[in-house]
Amino acid sequence: MSTTTVANPSYRERVGYQAALLGGFALVAAALLVIGDLATRDAIEQRRAEDLLASLSQVIPADLHDNDLLADSMTLDTADGELTVYRALTGLDVAGVAFETVGQGYAGPIRVLLGIDADGRVLGARVLSHTETPGLGDKIEVARDDWILSFDGKSLGEPPPERWAVKKDGGDFDQFSGATITPRAVVSTVKGGLELFADQRDALTASAVQQVSTGE
Amino acid sequence: MSTAEKTDTNWSRIARDGVWDNNVVMAQSLALCPLLAVTGTATNGLGLGLASTFVMVASGLLVSLARGIITPQVRIPVFVLIIATLVTLVDLGMNAWMHDLHKVLGLFIPLIVTNCAILGRAESFASRQAPLPAVFDGLMMGVGFTLVLVALGAVREALGSGTLFANASMLLGESLSWLEVTLIPDYRGFLLMILPPGGFIAMGFLLAGKRVLDRKLAARQQAKAAGLAASA
Repeated sequence: MSTTTVANPSYRERVGYQAALLGGFALVAAALLVIGDLATRDAIEQRRAEDLLASLSQVIPADLHDNDLLADSMTLDTADGELTVYRALTGLDVAGVAFETVGQGYAGPIRVLLGIDADGRVLGARVLSHTETPGLGDKIEVARDDWILSFDGKSLGEPPPERWAVKKDGGDFDQFSGATITPRAVVSTVKGGLELFADQRDALTASAVQQVSTGE
Repeated sequence: MSTAEKTDTNWSRIARDGVWDNNVVMAQSLALCPLLAVTGTATNGLGLGLASTFVMVASGLLVSLARGIITPQVRIPVFVLIIATLVTLVDLGMNAWMHDLHKVLGLFIPLIVTNCAILGRAESFASRQAPLPAVFDGLMMGVGFTLVLVALGAVREALGSGTLFANASMLLGESLSWLEVTLIPDYRGFLLMILPPGGFIAMGFLLAGKRVLDRKLAARQQAKAAGLAASA
């Protein structure tokens, strides 16, 4: 088996050359990936922060707060580890909170950003990332379908807990034709978020005493 | 399998092979995994096609440049390494600098690695040719692949959800939002076409269509040749 090059010296047949060749390519590839990672890390992190702020502004109405959502975050210890909670403050009072919950979808985890007002009602929910079937499960994205808006204004008492399910399971929320597991996962994730809020309500809505009031 | 490096490159042959005669999907039946996975809409098809084309061109160039030092025994892992590195870099770069596009296509970028057509071209073309023909071959193969992706996506989207190029503005910018057409208003959707079986069915018809067309073209050429022979 000869190649296209003019010369095909015998040292190429040695295992040592081939091992070195493969190792060399692996090294170059690894170096390129490191460089690529370093070159893009800051930009990706910045895009991520922008995305987060954009998502936060969708689940917490701007007229509800007068603070920087990214600045006034707090960390909550939960059974699943630490949770970052973004607080919407009006003066020093907590008007609402937003945090991320993760549910298990059809093809992987679904990250949902949930905004909840001080009374425990959903201000808004948005899917941050998922790996659901394109064309079927991706209707949970607000850009593709209004479905996720059906959570707005809902709370643990309204609808009652047993109706926090998709219609197929006797609940109040629509499923998609061809995809039941995905919306089912989102419904239970949002419900889980509301339950977490109910459990930690005192900690979450305690007024931000350490913060200097910004006027009013 | 030893072919001497040709000095005269048949550019039109490469173009014809890539787009029609030796089309990645229609003739080689390669790359079916990403093909069937993403062609639920024409927009997704276009996006994956463009990203795949870029990787094909870049991998063609790199493989061709490195062809002098790669030995046949370790060529496959080296090609795989080159392609996987490229795809990862494309993924990172798009995430950082073309973030909106990445949000739409992010799901599909890693799928490019599963495109055996890229490895196939590296093996059968780029590793035996000079960089320029290898790049051109990658481009033409990519264009052929993109055309099939868009055609299949359009058929499945039209039948499956009654739209065409839905969400195209997310991929191509607001200026091209006119591409988004609702063919059938209030269409309830025909789920089979969006699911993978619909992809197989639509592809079967596309393949059959190409066969019929090729046969007709061949028959016409034969008739022409016969006519020439008779008049001579």
